[in-house]
Amino acid sequence: MNRSHQWRKIQGRSMEAVCLLAAVLAVIPLFAFLWHLVAMGAGAFSMALFTKLPLPPGELGGGLRNAIFGSLLVVGTATVVGIPIGIGAAVFMTEFARPATTSLLRFACDVLSGVPSIVMGLLAYQVVVRPMHHFSAISGSVALAFIMLPVVVITTQEMLRLVPHSLREAGHALGIPAWRIASSISLRAAAPGILTGAILSMSRIAGETAPMLFTSFGNPFMSTDPRAPIATLPHTIFTYAISPYDDWHRLAWGGALILVLGILGATLLSRCILWWHQRSLHS
Amino acid sequence: MLACQDLKIEFDRKPVLKGVTLTFPPRRISAIIGPSGCGKSTLLRAFNRMHDLTPGAQVTGSVTLNGHEIYRGSEDPVLIRRRIGMVFQKANPFPTLSIYENTISGLRLSGVRNRAVLQEAAEKALVDAALWDEVKDRLKSNPMSLSGGQQQRLCIARALAVDPEVLLMDEPCSALDPIATSKIEELMFRLRERLIVVIVTHNMQQAARASDRTAFLWMGELVEEGETEAIFTSPKKAMTEDYITGRFG
Repeated sequence: MNRSHQWRKIQGRSMEAVCLLAAVLAVIPLFAFLWHLVAMGAGAFSMALFTKLPLPPGELGGGLRNAIFGSLLVVGTATVVGIPIGIGAAVFMTEFARPATTSLLRFACDVLSGVPSIVMGLLAYQVVVRPMHHFSAISGSVALAFIMLPVVVITTQEMLRLVPHSLREAGHALGIPAWRIASSISLRAAAPGILTGAILSMSRIAGETAPMLFTSFGNPFMSTDPRAPIATLPHTIFTYAISPYDDWHRLAWGGALILVLGILGATLLSRCILWWHQRSLHS
Repeated sequence: MLACQDLKIEFDRKPVLKGVTLTFPPRRISAIIGPSGCGKSTLLRAFNRMHDLTPGAQVTGSVTLNGHEIYRGSEDPVLIRRRIGMVFQKANPFPTLSIYENTISGLRLSGVRNRAVLQEAAEKALVDAALWDEVKDRLKSNPMSLSGGQQQRLCIARALAVDPEVLLMDEPCSALDPIATSKIEELMFRLRERLIVVIVTHNMQQAARASDRTAFLWMGELVEEGETEAIFTSPKKAMTEDYITGRFG
């Protein structure tokens, strides 16, 4: 009896050790990647990275001002278009549509979210670039909005589903019109979660490279025109990383660091919003 | 006077209420009692057309308030619910609105903008719900900081602020302690002066002490109804007697 007890303890301990090892192995890539990125990118980190434009090959120095601005413009435009449409669709699905319609729309969103981003880029090429006869920042935004849309719809729908049905019932019992219940009760209760989802979907599209190849196309000069080709961070990283110049490699690492810090910041911000909201509910 | 005639309710073709005829006179508290699943909440929710929101629910028969049919196609359920308020089993204040905003939510979200009107309505409703003294210094606080009984009285205040003619209460005390329960019952007695109060309860002591009339429902059918005292002291049907003496249910 005592012996089997000991054996069981050994079994328990060894299982725990195996799981701990798996957990450590799972986070090693993250830290290894962060370490490498900071080590390589920190050298490029300077004011010049943010304020200067890229220089022709052979000239040392320069920065990524055009790509940073381009990413902000393309992602910002996609967000302004994609998030309201996504939230509107999710509100329709959870608050107004019949169950069969909701399932159909949800299925469509699940399929859409699984479409590879390069195919979404192709779609934007077909509907924007070809009619315009040239590449443009706006076509990049359209591609990113397509990618973002199902993500926003799905996260918003999940957040609205978490709002207790009893709150909607209370609203109906007070004789509040259905659209007011949707906007002032359901959406308001789900707002922090929806905001978090929106921030995460923004950070997801900020790193998209493939669809930019034949939409926003890239531009070595500073451009603020949404109708003209424009540089973006992921696409510039791609172009510079495969170039033969050391100085461009350095800029690519700097750009990668900016991108990752931005995404990290966005993720932290969304966590803070949720944490702050939960605290305010319980106080 | 609130009345229903031959009211039948089905969910996905499964009958839950099988033809109930009842009247609820003004200035009276009417209790609906019966074992779990007898259809008492289903009956109550028919009175303010809450079943309109449930896919697969089918209501036939008639419900009238002061002689007007509320199930006529031209009647807007939103407007009917402003005349027939409802309080639920579990207190459900809106967690994103303050105590004050909760109280006036029915008015404000229906388009009332005048601040003086809203403020007056809020104070009146909170006084009517016997909550004013407890919350007047923290109207801006989150309702989740209130106790369960206070939350339920806030929900009653919220329903009263719309100035309804009928107040439907669906087991409003089942999650509350005896002291909070007695406060709600006192409140019901005061509201009786100006409202038709209908309460669903599975607590027979509550029906006996806090209602004027009692209806006993079993398996979707009305077994017996009448003055509460008569029902509890000399029921006409054997089944009623068995139920109120605790032999089943």
